Amino acid sequence: MTMENGFIQHALHAQEQDSTQESIKVQVKNLNLFYGEKQALNSINMDIYTKKITALIGPSGCGKSTFLRCINRMNDLVPSCRVEGYIGVDGHDIYDKEIDVVAVRKRVGMVFQQPNPFPKSIYENIAYAPIMHDIVKKGKECDALVERALRGANLWDEVKDKLKDPGTALSGGQQQRLCIARAIAVEPDVILMDEPTSALDPISTEKIENLMLDLKKNYTIIIVTHNMQQAARIADYTAFFHMGNLIEYSDAKTLFVNPKEKKTEDYITGRFG
Amino acid sequence: MPNDKNYFYIPQIKKRNQKATLFKATTLLAIIFSISFLIFFLVDIVRAGYPAFTQTYIQMDVNINEEVVENPYSALKGKNLKIASRAWLRDLPNLIKENPSWMNTTQTLWVLANSEVDQYVKGKESRTHERERVYVDELRADGKVERKFNTIFMTTGDSKIPENSGIYASIVGTVLTIIVTMVIAFPIGVMTAIYLEEFAPDNRWTQVVEVNINNLAAIPSILFGLLGLAIFINFFGVPRSSPLVGGMTLALMCLPVIIVSSKAALKSVPSSIRQAGFGLGLTKWQIVRDHVLPLAMPGIMTGSIISIAHALGETAPLIIVGMIAFVPDAATSFTDASTVLPAQIFTWAGMPEKAYLERTAAGIMVLLVVLLSLNAVAVYLRRKFERKW
Amino acid sequence: MSTQTLYLIFFGGLFPLMFLGYILGRQKAIVMRSQGIKMHSQPDQYGWFSALYTGLPIIMIGVCGVFLYLFGFRAIPASLLVAASLGVGALSLALLIKSIKASTKARDLVEDLINGMLIGASLVSVLTTFGILLSIIFEALQFFKMQSFFNFLFGLEWAPDTAFLEGAGRADAHAAEAKFGAVPIFAGTFYITVIAMFVAIPVGLLSAIFMSEYASSKVRAQVKPFLEILAGIPTVVYGFFAALTVAPLVVKVCNFVGLEAQYQNALSSGIVMGIMIIPFISSLSDDVISSVPQSMRNGAYALGMNQAETIRFVVLPSAMPGIIASMLLAVSRALGETMIVVMAAGLRPNLTLNPLEDMTTVTVKIVEALTGDQEFNNPLTLSAFALGLVLFVVTLVINIISVSTIRSFHRKYKVSTL
Repeated sequence: MTMENGFIQHALHAQEQDSTQESIKVQVKNLNLFYGEKQALNSINMDIYTKKITALIGPSGCGKSTFLRCINRMNDLVPSCRVEGYIGVDGHDIYDKEIDVVAVRKRVGMVFQQPNPFPKSIYENIAYAPIMHDIVKKGKECDALVERALRGANLWDEVKDKLKDPGTALSGGQQQRLCIARAIAVEPDVILMDEPTSALDPISTEKIENLMLDLKKNYTIIIVTHNMQQAARIADYTAFFHMGNLIEYSDAKTLFVNPKEKKTEDYITGRFG
Repeated sequence: MPNDKNYFYIPQIKKRNQKATLFKATTLLAIIFSISFLIFFLVDIVRAGYPAFTQTYIQMDVNINEEVVENPYSALKGKNLKIASRAWLRDLPNLIKENPSWMNTTQTLWVLANSEVDQYVKGKESRTHERERVYVDELRADGKVERKFNTIFMTTGDSKIPENSGIYASIVGTVLTIIVTMVIAFPIGVMTAIYLEEFAPDNRWTQVVEVNINNLAAIPSILFGLLGLAIFINFFGVPRSSPLVGGMTLALMCLPVIIVSSKAALKSVPSSIRQAGFGLGLTKWQIVRDHVLPLAMPGIMTGSIISIAHALGETAPLIIVGMIAFVPDAATSFTDASTVLPAQIFTWAGMPEKAYLERTAAGIMVLLVVLLSLNAVAVYLRRKFERKW
Repeated sequence: MSTQTLYLIFFGGLFPLMFLGYILGRQKAIVMRSQGIKMHSQPDQYGWFSALYTGLPIIMIGVCGVFLYLFGFRAIPASLLVAASLGVGALSLALLIKSIKASTKARDLVEDLINGMLIGASLVSVLTTFGILLSIIFEALQFFKMQSFFNFLFGLEWAPDTAFLEGAGRADAHAAEAKFGAVPIFAGTFYITVIAMFVAIPVGLLSAIFMSEYASSKVRAQVKPFLEILAGIPTVVYGFFAALTVAPLVVKVCNFVGLEAQYQNALSSGIVMGIMIIPFISSLSDDVISSVPQSMRNGAYALGMNQAETIRFVVLPSAMPGIIASMLLAVSRALGETMIVVMAAGLRPNLTLNPLEDMTTVTVKIVEALTGDQEFNNPLTLSAFALGLVLFVVTLVINIISVSTIRSFHRKYKVSTL
């Protein structure tokens, strides 16, 4: 895969640092998004690296969540929404007409701001989608997957004795980890997280952050956060969005310590947002 | 890298999508079922009912003399007597009185045919004899049979003679009943809503009242009839079968609908208006009367019109309080025995003569037109005064 | 004197007195004010004050008189009562006008009275419930004095007028006394309700899913009026349709496939009742399904489920308590439905499982017992109230359960429509 001309220089900068192990998982080229007549994203170009955590930050309404939702085509659910440009996962265009949106979302999972477990048992919450996608058959194979997913989400020890309980009976932090377990049970490559800790208390937040650091061994994670400390703590790469534009994108350290753009600096020093 | 379609491959995706399409189609089918039922139903009613708006008249020679005034049946002879309406003949002396010059002449008049002949002319099942059918066919060939617009249906009350029966008396009864209903239910309903929404303290008692209103809304309507019978008629001595007792019974039934919609209308008036009023030193009642109530009025009216539509179509409780009595003449006061349009429909539906069938359906058409226009008015009011605060 | 003239005199006295009160009270306040006295309230309010408090004693004496009369206490002639009430009114008017002072809190007193009137109005709905309950219970008790309660609830035979059967030469040897075993009636009611639910629940629920999940707002706006019309058709019209179109159709179809059906049959009334209930279930379920938060759906979409899978696995289970509650409400509606069954189901208590036979229901029997000549000491007439009591209790319990379920459901998702 060759780098294109005019590709974001900060990404190049990050690339140089340890280009030996970096490979691109998600490639975004010239992405424009419109809600009706209103343009919400202006020609975004971005490469997201395999098995890293990429944080998207910016003031509210800057388009970071909208951008995140483009990566697994959640925006298809908004009738007035129109997307132009290219998003590739491992070089495969996810907006290709012949590709079923269901298949895209199986590859690219998502975790939401509010924990939203289904009104079913903990077991069914996790098992339903894999069975649907024919990843496992019902029975032992499925039990093993549920355990694997719950262990993967650091939840197994807390719920192993009450798998038949409704998922909604768990605490907020546990519910969110259940949602993460649910997402990894489908065996995606990429996990999108839309402010996954904003509805949680600090202890639960810490658990989820630790979980993310574990998860990046196997998954590419893209997280939207309004919390810059969180981005600084966990992210390998950080992108700053403003008014539908990608202002700056580089490895997290550079962006926070030595931002190139005036706007980025203003934002991270708290002058607006 | 080649754009490999298998990268996004999920086993059984086709099957799953087919299932999804099937599911969506099933839900669509359910809607189509409801709509096509409605259309089938309306077509069926109109098909059965529209012939009732015309009635067969036959041109015949009528002998008019002194004897006819005494015994109108002697005015016609033979086959003519068999196919003419008895109701028309009974009315003949009045006709003679209006036209004294007819005396001792033979007039060629359009005579109302009886219902069996009418049904035969309309091409329906009829009990007319073969001889009379042949005779009617001959008359028809001579252009002496005509179907005229049925004014009788709109101007008379119930009758044991099908061709002489109409919906006028029941419409008068309906109007009187609804007047009683609204005179009772509207003020009480609106006052209750004002109390609950604006004045009532939030205590146990208020909750009891609210729960009670919700339950009242779901009590089967026939039980309101039992109340009307046991309390209004047997205890208070209100005349049975009268628009008064029917209206009082329906008023209690309409009350929950009016209360709930009025409460919603009052609630939608923003509290800033009330605060502004308090700021001017007005009392609570003054604010409600002069500011909140006028703003809530369209919503209250909409709810009341919908409740009128409910009451108009209600039959069961009115049967219990005796409003299916056979009433040939329109009521002149609220305490006269009367019937209402839905009850008239019910009575006619049970009649053995086929001629009542089309009158039943025609009555239904009239009722549905009234109900639909009331609903249209309600929708119009809602649209016109819909206000987003 | 006739009752009507008495009413005429009563209201003929009441309104002029009140009007006089208004004029005099207002005038006195205006005069006092012009003398430079600082009044507590506006002149208008003094007017209203004297008018309302003049009318109050008149009306109260009148109402008391009517009640005394109803309870058989007729020692005082009605004409005297009218005269007395108007006299008291005139007296209170004079006293009121005399007593108006600068410190009279006319406004507060008027508003107290209005508040009292509002409370009185809100009592009417409570009284209605009690009125229904008491009237039914009172007459039902009369019935149970004559007939055993146990036999009524569990008896298998309903033959209230064996005398009539004997006359018709159809009496059995042992048919000496009337039997009031209501089980066949309950069974018929239940059976027809079940048939109605078999039609209404799938169609209503699927319609609700279409309306809330699949239909665009444009389609929704176009389809909704149809359902509203369906909901607004009077039940007597449905009954006519059931008896004259659906029943013959059912008979024809049955004959075609070699079954025998009666013209009055449970199936046709059940089907039509089901159709009547479709819009009821669909609008209630539509509300419930729409209030399931979008985040639930998003969670399922993000796992790669398609829309149908999302609805089945996530949306419907979330909405289930509310959906069940709306179905319960529909059941209570079907149980209390009268006109369709009166016109299409039949009068014969018939303990059978064959939907092609005639059956009867609680409501039909109530109507049958209470139309025509009634004697209130006749167990047949009173049986209507016993049946009514059962209907009241059953529907009330169902309503309370379902309304509280729907409420807690909406509270869970922080939406309130009920």
